[in-house]
Amino acid sequence: MSVFTDILLLFLVVCAVAASLSKNLLNSILIFMSYSLVMSIIWILLESPDLAITEAAVGAGITSLLFFVTLKKIHAIVESDRKEKKDE
Amino acid sequence: MDVMNLFRNYEEAVAMILFGIGFSNLLMQKNLIKKIIGMNIMDTSVYLFLAVKGYIEGHKAPIVVDGVQSVEAYINPIPSGLVLTGIVVSVSVSALMLALTIRLYRRYHTLNLDEISTLLKKEEKS
Amino acid sequence: MSRKLSEEEYKKKLSYRMEQWFAGQRDPYLEHLRMKPQAERTLEPEKEEALRKEKKERLDKVYRISDNRPVKLFEKLYRIFCVAFCFFLVIMLLIAVSFLPSYGEDEKPVNNEVSRRYIEKGLQETGAVNIVTGMILDYRAFDTLGESHVLFAATCTVLILLRHDKKKGERDTEEETDRVYEPKNDVILQMVSKVLVPPIILFGIYVILCGHLGPGGGFSGGAVIGAGLILYLNAFGFAKTEKFFSEKTYKVLSVSALGCYCLAKSYSFYTGANHIESVIPLGTPGAILSSGLILVLNICVGIVVAGTMYTFYVMFRKGGY
Repeated sequence: MSVFTDILLLFLVVCAVAASLSKNLLNSILIFMSYSLVMSIIWILLESPDLAITEAAVGAGITSLLFFVTLKKIHAIVESDRKEKKDE
Repeated sequence: MDVMNLFRNYEEAVAMILFGIGFSNLLMQKNLIKKIIGMNIMDTSVYLFLAVKGYIEGHKAPIVVDGVQSVEAYINPIPSGLVLTGIVVSVSVSALMLALTIRLYRRYHTLNLDEISTLLKKEEKS
Repeated sequence: MSRKLSEEEYKKKLSYRMEQWFAGQRDPYLEHLRMKPQAERTLEPEKEEALRKEKKERLDKVYRISDNRPVKLFEKLYRIFCVAFCFFLVIMLLIAVSFLPSYGEDEKPVNNEVSRRYIEKGLQETGAVNIVTGMILDYRAFDTLGESHVLFAATCTVLILLRHDKKKGERDTEEETDRVYEPKNDVILQMVSKVLVPPIILFGIYVILCGHLGPGGGFSGGAVIGAGLILYLNAFGFAKTEKFFSEKTYKVLSVSALGCYCLAKSYSFYTGANHIESVIPLGTPGAILSSGLILVLNICVGIVVAGTMYTFYVMFRKGGY
């Protein structure tokens, strides 16, 4: 059990660093979403299921949805698509 | 300073490191959305610290089972309650910041904070 | 002895001239002082254009960050200081952590008589099996009331910031009404959401109603219901959701939920925050209709949270319901 917690905590730190170093905004938001999901598993390991449900619904679901809509509004997703097409 | 205690307290230590990562994000990133992500990481690290402080090894979640009502059976419920309210408030805070970001983008067509401030200065001069 | 002045002499006198001047009939200095008309500034249009260009270039050079050496130097220094400060902060916090009691230990100052009281008496005093719910909705209900109002205030602020007002006689562009990415007839998404949306919303209602019996409660259940509504909106478009969830619906739902919460809890504030005996019986612990007001308060909080989440999404996408 303790090893599992250690791996999850390590994953948390790696996710946080990757989300801040990633160049693409969409990637960093996806990494942040997985960070929230791992956090909700850690809540279960810490014996607080209330927090796990709330974090899974709110942190991983709605916060990242709001981030995605913001990205769409600032035309970041379309621009990155265009860049990829250009590179090809 | 007790280094061995630091290794026993590794969850708190991870929470502190996450706090540092989030804070450095908040200071150094130029993109506003990255700054908001850093703020969210700081939020979750504080929640992790609170919840770890309430955890007791071998005790169960604070839901009364079979009428057992002794302190030896359950973890501390107070940090859970605090964090539960905190998570929902952090969502509304990040929604507010994202709304402000959208307004800034509509006016200046960029998310870089330096560019926004130079555009602002230009507007003041002309 | 006075003598009468002749008319010419009289006109030369200062007082007469003063009087004339005040009356505005004649300016005494009109003859002596005259402004030369300024020569008009004539420049060839090409030269003027060049001057303007030069000024703009100079301004651009001042404000361009990549060419400005002091700014670049400052940025480098700023980065170094930031990294140093963050390391310093983390090290200080880690030193503080090393003095804290060990992880998972029983004898901590956190586990004091307050949590002992909540665990040992919580079931008898609130009737809720889930001690966390009993704590945040009975012992600390004032806190949760304030938090619901925080959500409401955040919704109002997002509404002020992102609301898109349609002017009269002006047709919406595609981007403003957000039909650019709207799926006209996305069969896969619609079929999947037809299957998924009812269970999601049912699960949310279950989580809200069983908040006092197990893990869950108003916050998580409301967020689940909000997510289900958002999925429905994404699959079927604004035209269908406008029928059952408009701005008026949100106003009525959230204001009535907040008012209900406020009324249900204000009795304890009016009696000096002593919990007087509630008229509502606590019921048998474990039954769905038990634990007094907690069920009602959970439903109120769930409605507020679901409305808030849905409103955030709708405001971000379209700027109106």
